[in-house]
Amino acid sequence: MVLLELENIGYQIAGQTVLQQINLQVATQDYITITGPSGSGKSTLLRIIAGLLTRTSGQLLFAGKEWADYDPILYRRQVSYAVQQPQLFGTTVADNLRFPFQIRQQAFDSAQATAALTSVNLPADYLNKPVNDLSGGERQRVAILRNLLFPPQVLLLDEISTGLDDENKQILHREIRRMNQEKNVTILAVTHDNTEIKDANRLVKIVAGKMEVDQ
Amino acid sequence: MNLATSNTTLIFAALLVFVALYIGYREKLGMNKDILIGVVRAIIQLVVVGYLLKYVFRVNNVWLTLILILIIIFNAAYNASKRAAGIRHALPISLLAILASTGLTLVVLVFSGSIRFVPSQMIPISGMIASNSMVAIGLCYRNMNSSFRDRRQQVLERLALGADLRLASIDIVRESIRTGMAPTIDSAKTVGIVSLPGMMSGLIFAGVDPVHAIKYQILVTFMLLSATSIGSVIACYLAYQQFYNEQKQLL
Repeated sequence: MVLLELENIGYQIAGQTVLQQINLQVATQDYITITGPSGSGKSTLLRIIAGLLTRTSGQLLFAGKEWADYDPILYRRQVSYAVQQPQLFGTTVADNLRFPFQIRQQAFDSAQATAALTSVNLPADYLNKPVNDLSGGERQRVAILRNLLFPPQVLLLDEISTGLDDENKQILHREIRRMNQEKNVTILAVTHDNTEIKDANRLVKIVAGKMEVDQ
Repeated sequence: MNLATSNTTLIFAALLVFVALYIGYREKLGMNKDILIGVVRAIIQLVVVGYLLKYVFRVNNVWLTLILILIIIFNAAYNASKRAAGIRHALPISLLAILASTGLTLVVLVFSGSIRFVPSQMIPISGMIASNSMVAIGLCYRNMNSSFRDRRQQVLERLALGADLRLASIDIVRESIRTGMAPTIDSAKTVGIVSLPGMMSGLIFAGVDPVHAIKYQILVTFMLLSATSIGSVIACYLAYQQFYNEQKQLL
Protein backbone atom coordinates (compact mmCIF):
# COMPACT_ATOMS: atom_id res chain seq x y z
CA MET A 1 0.00 0.00 0.00
CA VAL A 2 1.31 3.46 -0.91
CA LEU A 3 1.75 5.50 2.25
CA LEU A 4 3.58 8.58 1.02
CA GLU A 5 3.40 10.08 -2.44
CA LEU A 6 5.66 12.87 -3.60
CA GLU A 7 4.60 14.35 -6.93
CA ASN A 8 6.88 16.87 -8.60
CA ILE A 9 7.97 18.31 -5.26
CA GLY A 10 10.03 21.46 -5.64
CA TYR A 11 11.41 23.94 -3.15
CA GLN A 12 12.68 27.40 -3.88
CA ILE A 13 13.89 29.96 -1.42
CA ALA A 14 15.10 33.51 -2.14
CA GLY A 15 15.11 32.77 -5.88
CA GLN A 16 17.26 29.68 -5.45
CA THR A 17 16.09 26.22 -6.39
CA VAL A 18 16.87 23.73 -3.63
CA LEU A 19 14.75 20.85 -4.92
CA GLN A 20 12.98 20.20 -8.20
CA GLN A 21 10.67 17.55 -9.57
CA ILE A 22 11.09 15.01 -6.82
CA ASN A 23 8.83 12.03 -7.45
CA LEU A 24 8.70 9.25 -4.94
CA GLN A 25 6.19 6.63 -3.90
CA VAL A 26 6.76 5.08 -0.51
CA ALA A 27 4.92 1.93 0.51
CA THR A 28 4.14 0.94 4.10
CA GLN A 29 7.15 -0.72 5.75
CA ASP A 30 9.54 0.47 3.06
CA TYR A 31 13.08 1.17 4.20
CA ILE A 32 14.52 3.79 1.89
CA THR A 33 17.91 5.40 2.16
CA ILE A 34 18.59 8.73 0.54
CA THR A 35 22.15 9.63 -0.36
CA GLY A 36 23.85 12.38 -2.27
CA PRO A 37 26.49 15.06 -1.85
CA SER A 38 26.04 17.57 0.95
CA GLY A 39 23.98 20.60 0.04
CA SER A 40 21.96 18.65 -2.53
CA GLY A 41 18.67 19.22 -0.68
CA LYS A 42 18.29 15.93 1.22
CA SER A 43 17.56 17.53 4.58
CA THR A 44 15.18 19.99 2.96
CA LEU A 45 13.29 17.06 1.43
CA LEU A 46 13.00 15.35 4.82
CA ARG A 47 11.77 18.58 6.41
CA ILE A 48 9.13 18.98 3.72
CA ILE A 49 7.95 15.41 4.29
CA ALA A 50 8.01 16.09 8.07
CA GLY A 51 5.72 19.08 7.60
CA LEU A 52 8.31 21.49 8.96
CA LEU A 53 8.66 23.27 5.62
CA THR A 54 6.08 23.75 2.89
CA ARG A 55 7.12 22.80 -0.64
CA THR A 56 6.80 25.56 -3.18
CA SER A 57 5.50 23.25 -5.92
CA GLY A 58 4.10 19.76 -6.34
CA GLN A 59 2.00 17.60 -4.08
CA LEU A 60 2.61 15.63 -0.93
CA LEU A 61 0.10 12.92 -0.08
CA PHE A 62 0.05 10.92 3.13
CA ALA A 63 -2.29 7.91 3.27
CA GLY A 64 -3.96 9.22 0.11
CA LYS A 65 -4.71 12.65 1.54
CA GLU A 66 -3.01 15.96 0.78
CA TRP A 67 -0.61 17.03 3.54
CA ALA A 68 -2.19 20.47 3.86
CA ASP A 69 -5.49 18.85 4.87
CA TYR A 70 -3.99 17.34 8.02
CA ASP A 71 -3.62 19.09 11.34
CA PRO A 72 0.15 19.73 11.20
CA ILE A 73 0.65 18.77 14.86
CA LEU A 74 -1.10 15.41 14.56
CA TYR A 75 0.59 14.73 11.21
CA ARG A 76 4.05 15.19 12.78
CA ARG A 77 3.24 12.57 15.41
CA GLN A 78 2.68 10.11 12.55
CA VAL A 79 5.56 11.28 10.36
CA SER A 80 8.31 11.76 12.91
CA TYR A 81 11.58 13.49 12.11
CA ALA A 82 14.90 12.87 13.88
CA VAL A 83 17.67 15.39 13.32
CA GLN A 84 21.40 15.15 13.04
CA GLN A 85 23.11 16.20 16.31
CA PRO A 86 19.92 16.58 18.34
CA GLN A 87 19.71 18.77 21.40
CA LEU A 88 18.31 17.15 24.49
CA PHE A 89 15.59 18.90 26.50
CA GLY A 90 15.65 19.85 30.17
CA THR A 91 18.21 18.44 32.58
CA THR A 92 17.71 14.68 32.82
CA VAL A 93 17.11 11.75 30.48
CA ALA A 94 13.62 11.47 32.00
CA ASP A 95 12.80 15.02 30.86
CA ASN A 96 13.35 13.84 27.30
CA LEU A 97 11.41 10.61 27.54
CA ARG A 98 8.56 12.43 29.30
CA PHE A 99 8.15 14.81 26.37
CA PRO A 100 6.33 12.39 24.01
CA PHE A 101 3.84 11.68 26.82
CA GLN A 102 3.47 15.37 27.58
CA ILE A 103 2.58 16.31 24.01
CA ARG A 104 -0.08 13.58 23.96
CA GLN A 105 -1.37 14.67 27.37
CA GLN A 106 -0.69 11.25 28.81
CA ALA A 107 0.74 10.34 32.20
CA PHE A 108 4.41 9.41 32.08
CA ASP A 109 4.83 5.65 32.03
CA SER A 110 8.24 5.03 33.57
CA ALA A 111 8.07 1.28 32.87
CA GLN A 112 7.62 2.02 29.16
CA ALA A 113 10.46 4.54 29.34
CA THR A 114 12.88 2.12 31.01
CA ALA A 115 11.95 -0.59 28.49
CA ALA A 116 12.79 1.89 25.75
CA LEU A 117 16.16 2.65 27.36
CA THR A 118 16.96 -1.07 27.50
CA SER A 119 16.05 -1.47 23.83
CA VAL A 120 18.99 0.79 22.93
CA ASN A 121 21.37 -0.82 25.47
CA LEU A 122 21.05 1.92 28.09
CA PRO A 123 20.66 0.89 31.75
CA ALA A 124 17.30 1.52 33.42
CA ASP A 125 18.84 3.82 36.05
CA TYR A 126 19.81 6.24 33.27
CA LEU A 127 16.34 7.72 33.64
CA ASN A 128 17.58 10.17 36.27
CA LYS A 129 20.96 10.77 34.66
CA PRO A 130 21.78 14.42 33.81
CA VAL A 131 21.90 14.84 30.04
CA ASN A 132 25.23 16.63 30.36
CA ASP A 133 26.83 13.41 31.63
CA LEU A 134 25.93 11.45 28.47
CA SER A 135 28.41 10.60 25.71
CA GLY A 136 27.65 11.65 22.13
CA GLY A 137 26.37 8.18 21.23
CA GLU A 138 24.21 7.97 24.34
CA ARG A 139 22.70 11.37 23.57
CA GLN A 140 21.75 10.23 20.08
CA ARG A 141 20.20 7.03 21.47
CA VAL A 142 18.14 8.98 24.03
CA ALA A 143 17.10 11.44 21.33
CA ILE A 144 15.81 8.75 18.96
CA LEU A 145 13.71 7.27 21.77
CA ARG A 146 11.71 10.49 21.78
CA ASN A 147 10.66 9.58 18.23
CA LEU A 148 10.12 5.89 18.98
CA LEU A 149 8.28 5.79 22.34
CA PHE A 150 5.05 6.09 20.40
CA PRO A 151 6.01 4.38 17.13
CA PRO A 152 5.10 6.66 14.21
CA GLN A 153 3.94 5.44 10.81
CA VAL A 154 6.90 7.06 9.10
CA LEU A 155 10.29 7.75 10.63
CA LEU A 156 12.52 10.31 8.91
CA LEU A 157 16.19 10.01 9.88
CA ASP A 158 18.55 12.84 9.01
CA GLU A 159 22.10 11.44 9.20
CA ILE A 160 21.52 10.33 12.76
CA SER A 161 24.58 8.07 12.90
CA THR A 162 27.08 10.58 11.54
CA GLY A 163 30.05 10.92 13.86
CA LEU A 164 29.15 7.89 16.01
CA ASP A 165 31.42 4.91 16.64
CA ASP A 166 30.58 1.46 15.24
CA GLU A 167 29.06 0.18 18.47
CA ASN A 168 26.63 3.08 18.74
CA LYS A 169 25.76 2.83 15.05
CA GLN A 170 24.98 -0.88 15.41
CA ILE A 171 22.71 -0.32 18.40
CA LEU A 172 20.81 2.40 16.56
CA HIS A 173 20.48 0.38 13.36
CA ARG A 174 19.31 -2.69 15.22
CA GLU A 175 16.52 -0.73 16.91
CA ILE A 176 15.49 1.01 13.71
CA ARG A 177 15.43 -2.27 11.81
CA ARG A 178 13.33 -3.78 14.59
CA MET A 179 10.87 -0.87 14.39
CA ASN A 180 10.70 -1.38 10.63
CA GLN A 181 10.09 -5.11 10.81
CA GLU A 182 8.09 -5.56 14.02
CA LYS A 183 6.17 -2.29 14.25
CA ASN A 184 5.76 -1.71 10.50
CA VAL A 185 7.41 1.68 10.74
CA THR A 186 8.28 3.06 7.30
CA ILE A 187 11.80 4.46 7.23
CA LEU A 188 13.30 7.23 5.10
CA ALA A 189 16.90 7.76 6.08
CA VAL A 190 19.40 10.27 4.76
CA THR A 191 22.71 8.54 5.28
CA HIS A 192 26.19 7.87 4.02
CA ASP A 193 26.54 4.77 6.12
CA ASN A 194 27.04 1.55 4.15
CA THR A 195 25.45 -0.81 6.70
CA GLU A 196 22.33 1.32 6.71
CA ILE A 197 22.25 1.36 2.92
CA LYS A 198 22.52 -2.45 2.96
CA ASP A 199 19.59 -2.71 5.41
CA ALA A 200 17.36 -0.70 3.12
CA ASN A 201 15.20 -2.11 0.39
CA ARG A 202 15.52 0.96 -1.79
CA LEU A 203 18.16 3.57 -2.50
CA VAL A 204 17.42 7.07 -3.71
CA LYS A 205 20.17 9.41 -4.79
CA ILE A 206 19.68 13.15 -4.91
CA VAL A 207 22.19 15.39 -6.63
CA ALA A 208 21.80 19.17 -6.86
CA GLY A 209 18.14 19.05 -5.89
CA LYS A 210 17.19 16.38 -8.42
CA MET A 211 16.60 12.67 -8.10
CA GLU A 212 19.26 10.72 -9.93
CA VAL A 213 18.75 7.11 -8.92
CA ASP A 214 15.79 5.20 -7.51
CA GLN A 215 16.52 1.52 -7.23
CA MET B 1 6.12 73.99 51.46
CA ASN B 2 9.87 74.39 50.97
CA LEU B 3 9.81 74.11 47.18
CA ALA B 4 12.47 76.52 45.92
CA THR B 5 12.98 75.75 42.22
CA SER B 6 12.19 78.70 39.94
CA ASN B 7 13.11 79.80 36.42
CA THR B 8 16.20 81.56 37.80
CA THR B 9 17.42 78.57 39.76
CA LEU B 10 16.87 76.35 36.70
CA ILE B 11 19.11 78.57 34.60
CA PHE B 12 21.92 78.10 37.13
CA ALA B 13 21.20 74.39 37.34
CA ALA B 14 21.60 74.22 33.56
CA LEU B 15 25.32 74.42 34.24
CA LEU B 16 24.99 70.68 34.93
CA VAL B 17 24.22 70.16 31.24
CA PHE B 18 27.52 71.82 30.38
CA VAL B 19 29.27 69.23 32.53
CA ALA B 20 27.83 66.50 30.33
CA LEU B 21 28.64 68.46 27.16
CA TYR B 22 32.23 69.03 28.33
CA ILE B 23 32.71 65.32 29.02
CA GLY B 24 31.22 64.50 25.63
CA TYR B 25 33.61 66.95 23.96
CA ARG B 26 36.74 65.90 25.89
CA GLU B 27 36.18 62.19 25.42
CA LYS B 28 35.12 62.59 21.77
CA LEU B 29 31.92 60.65 22.45
CA GLY B 30 30.24 62.21 19.42
CA MET B 31 26.97 62.55 21.28
CA ASN B 32 26.80 66.26 22.11
CA LYS B 33 24.12 66.72 19.48
CA ASP B 34 22.07 63.99 21.16
CA ILE B 35 22.58 65.58 24.57
CA LEU B 36 21.30 68.92 23.30
CA ILE B 37 18.34 67.36 21.50
CA GLY B 38 17.56 65.41 24.68
CA VAL B 39 17.68 68.52 26.87
CA VAL B 40 15.57 70.61 24.50
CA ARG B 41 13.01 67.83 24.10
CA ALA B 42 12.79 67.32 27.85
CA ILE B 43 12.18 71.03 28.43
CA ILE B 44 9.55 71.39 25.69
CA GLN B 45 7.73 68.14 26.57
CA LEU B 46 7.63 68.95 30.28
CA VAL B 47 6.48 72.54 29.77
CA VAL B 48 3.65 71.34 27.54
CA VAL B 49 2.71 68.59 29.99
CA GLY B 50 2.85 71.05 32.90
CA TYR B 51 0.34 73.41 31.32
CA LEU B 52 -1.79 70.55 30.03
CA LEU B 53 -1.99 68.91 33.44
CA LYS B 54 -2.76 72.24 35.10
CA TYR B 55 -5.69 72.65 32.72
CA VAL B 56 -6.90 69.06 33.12
CA PHE B 57 -6.71 69.18 36.91
CA ARG B 58 -8.70 72.41 36.96
CA VAL B 59 -11.40 71.14 34.60
CA ASN B 60 -11.60 67.85 36.56
CA ASN B 61 -13.73 66.05 33.96
CA VAL B 62 -14.08 62.26 33.97
CA TRP B 63 -13.99 61.88 30.19
CA LEU B 64 -11.01 64.15 29.76
CA THR B 65 -9.15 62.16 32.41
CA LEU B 66 -9.98 58.86 30.71
CA ILE B 67 -8.91 60.19 27.30
CA LEU B 68 -5.57 61.27 28.74
CA ILE B 69 -5.06 57.87 30.34
CA LEU B 70 -5.81 56.23 26.97
CA ILE B 71 -3.29 58.49 25.26
CA ILE B 72 -0.66 57.48 27.84
CA ILE B 73 -1.49 53.81 27.25
CA PHE B 74 -1.30 54.18 23.47
CA ASN B 75 2.07 55.95 23.65
CA ALA B 76 3.42 53.25 25.96
CA ALA B 77 2.16 50.53 23.60
CA TYR B 78 3.65 52.27 20.58
CA ASN B 79 7.04 52.54 22.26
CA ALA B 80 6.94 48.94 23.49
CA SER B 81 6.09 47.72 19.98
CA LYS B 82 9.14 49.51 18.58
CA ARG B 83 11.28 47.20 20.68
CA ALA B 84 9.63 44.15 19.14
CA ALA B 85 12.08 44.17 16.20
CA GLY B 86 9.94 42.38 13.66
CA ILE B 87 7.46 40.47 15.82
CA ARG B 88 4.22 40.58 13.84
CA HIS B 89 1.21 42.47 15.28
CA ALA B 90 3.44 43.97 17.99
CA LEU B 91 1.34 47.15 18.29
CA PRO B 92 -2.05 45.51 18.95
CA ILE B 93 -0.40 42.97 21.27
CA SER B 94 1.35 45.72 23.25
CA LEU B 95 -1.82 47.79 23.33
CA LEU B 96 -3.86 44.93 24.74
CA ALA B 97 -1.18 44.04 27.28
CA ILE B 98 -0.72 47.60 28.55
CA LEU B 99 -4.43 48.36 28.48
CA ALA B 100 -5.20 45.27 30.56
CA SER B 101 -2.32 45.71 33.00
CA THR B 102 -2.94 49.43 33.54
CA GLY B 103 -6.73 49.05 33.61
CA LEU B 104 -6.83 46.17 36.08
CA THR B 105 -4.29 47.76 38.39
CA LEU B 106 -6.13 51.09 38.37
CA VAL B 107 -9.45 49.41 39.10
CA VAL B 108 -7.99 47.67 42.15
CA LEU B 109 -6.35 50.90 43.37
CA VAL B 110 -9.53 52.93 42.99
CA PHE B 111 -11.88 50.34 44.50
CA SER B 112 -9.55 49.67 47.44
CA GLY B 113 -9.65 53.39 48.13
CA SER B 114 -5.88 53.69 47.71
CA ILE B 115 -6.27 56.47 45.19
CA ARG B 116 -9.20 58.69 44.32
CA PHE B 117 -10.64 59.10 40.85
CA VAL B 118 -9.37 62.65 40.39
CA PRO B 119 -7.09 63.63 37.52
CA SER B 120 -4.24 64.72 39.81
CA GLN B 121 -4.02 61.15 41.12
CA MET B 122 -5.24 59.04 38.19
CA ILE B 123 -3.00 60.54 35.53
CA PRO B 124 0.38 60.37 37.29
CA ILE B 125 -0.36 56.86 38.57
CA SER B 126 -1.46 55.69 35.10
CA GLY B 127 1.79 57.06 33.70
CA MET B 128 3.84 55.13 36.25
CA ILE B 129 1.96 51.89 35.64
CA ALA B 130 1.95 52.16 31.84
CA SER B 131 5.62 53.07 31.59
CA ASN B 132 6.71 50.19 33.82
CA SER B 133 4.50 47.84 31.85
CA MET B 134 6.05 49.22 28.66
CA VAL B 135 9.60 48.58 29.84
CA ALA B 136 8.68 45.06 30.99
CA ILE B 137 7.04 44.23 27.65
CA GLY B 138 10.02 45.62 25.75
CA LEU B 139 12.31 43.30 27.74
CA CYS B 140 9.97 40.38 27.02
CA TYR B 141 10.15 41.05 23.26
CA ARG B 142 13.91 41.33 23.24
CA ASN B 143 14.33 38.09 25.18
CA MET B 144 11.82 36.31 22.97
CA ASN B 145 13.57 37.37 19.77
CA SER B 146 16.98 36.28 20.99
CA SER B 147 15.70 33.00 22.46
CA PHE B 148 13.85 31.99 19.31
CA ARG B 149 17.06 32.69 17.40
CA ASP B 150 19.42 30.90 19.80
CA ARG B 151 17.17 27.90 20.44
CA ARG B 152 15.77 27.52 16.95
CA GLN B 153 17.05 23.95 16.69
CA GLN B 154 15.43 22.91 19.96
CA VAL B 155 12.08 24.45 19.04
CA LEU B 156 12.28 22.70 15.67
CA GLU B 157 12.94 19.35 17.34
CA ARG B 158 9.94 19.79 19.61
CA LEU B 159 7.75 20.59 16.60
CA ALA B 160 9.17 17.59 14.73
CA LEU B 161 8.04 15.32 17.56
CA GLY B 162 4.50 16.66 17.22
CA ALA B 163 4.42 19.21 20.03
CA ASP B 164 1.82 21.95 19.77
CA LEU B 165 3.06 25.52 19.59
CA ARG B 166 2.61 26.12 23.30
CA LEU B 167 4.71 23.12 24.31
CA ALA B 168 7.31 23.92 21.66
CA SER B 169 7.75 27.44 23.05
CA ILE B 170 6.86 27.17 26.73
CA ASP B 171 10.46 27.42 28.02
CA ILE B 172 11.04 30.57 25.98
CA VAL B 173 7.69 32.06 27.06
CA ARG B 174 8.41 31.46 30.75
CA GLU B 175 11.91 32.84 30.52
CA SER B 176 10.66 35.93 28.69
CA ILE B 177 8.01 36.60 31.34
CA ARG B 178 10.70 36.26 34.01
CA THR B 179 12.93 38.70 32.12
CA GLY B 180 10.10 41.21 31.93
CA MET B 181 9.31 41.02 35.64
CA ALA B 182 12.85 40.77 37.01
CA PRO B 183 13.68 44.52 37.22
CA THR B 184 10.49 45.23 39.20
CA ILE B 185 11.19 42.41 41.62
CA ASP B 186 14.83 43.48 41.98
CA SER B 187 13.90 47.06 42.68
CA ALA B 188 11.25 45.94 45.18
CA LYS B 189 14.04 44.16 47.06
CA THR B 190 16.28 47.22 47.23
CA VAL B 191 13.72 49.99 47.60
CA GLY B 192 14.61 52.24 50.54
CA ILE B 193 18.06 50.69 50.88
CA VAL B 194 19.61 51.77 47.61
CA SER B 195 17.17 54.29 46.26
CA LEU B 196 14.46 56.56 47.60
CA PRO B 197 12.15 56.31 44.61
CA GLY B 198 10.32 59.13 42.90
CA MET B 199 6.89 58.83 44.48
CA MET B 200 8.19 58.93 48.04
CA SER B 201 10.91 61.50 47.31
CA GLY B 202 8.32 63.78 45.76
CA LEU B 203 6.06 63.58 48.78
CA ILE B 204 8.94 64.16 51.19
CA PHE B 205 10.01 67.15 49.08
CA ALA B 206 6.52 68.56 49.35
CA GLY B 207 6.77 68.33 53.14
CA VAL B 208 4.87 65.10 53.79
CA ASP B 209 5.89 63.08 56.84
CA PRO B 210 8.24 60.27 55.61
CA VAL B 211 6.27 57.71 57.63
CA HIS B 212 3.24 58.67 55.57
CA ALA B 213 5.21 58.96 52.33
CA ILE B 214 6.46 55.37 52.52
CA LYS B 215 2.87 54.12 52.45
CA TYR B 216 2.58 55.52 48.96
CA GLN B 217 5.84 53.87 47.99
CA ILE B 218 4.56 50.54 49.28
CA LEU B 219 1.47 51.09 47.16
CA VAL B 220 3.67 51.79 44.13
CA THR B 221 5.61 48.57 44.75
CA PHE B 222 2.37 46.58 44.80
CA MET B 223 0.94 48.17 41.70
CA LEU B 224 4.13 47.83 39.65
CA LEU B 225 4.36 44.13 40.48
CA SER B 226 0.81 43.66 39.25
CA ALA B 227 1.31 45.83 36.16
CA THR B 228 4.53 44.22 34.97
CA SER B 229 3.28 40.68 35.59
CA ILE B 230 -0.03 41.18 33.78
CA GLY B 231 1.67 43.06 30.94
CA SER B 232 4.43 40.46 30.51
CA VAL B 233 2.08 37.47 30.60
CA ILE B 234 -0.33 38.87 28.02
CA ALA B 235 2.43 40.13 25.71
CA CYS B 236 4.43 36.88 25.85
CA TYR B 237 1.47 34.56 25.33
CA LEU B 238 0.32 36.54 22.31
CA ALA B 239 3.79 37.22 20.90
CA TYR B 240 5.17 33.68 20.81
CA GLN B 241 2.48 32.62 18.33
CA GLN B 242 3.79 35.20 15.90
CA PHE B 243 6.97 33.15 15.45
CA TYR B 244 5.00 30.47 13.58
CA ASN B 245 3.03 30.43 10.35
CA GLU B 246 -0.39 28.95 9.68
CA GLN B 247 1.08 25.49 8.99
CA LYS B 248 2.55 25.69 12.51
CA GLN B 249 6.06 25.92 11.12
CA LEU B 250 8.77 28.03 12.67
CA LEU B 251 9.27 31.22 10.65
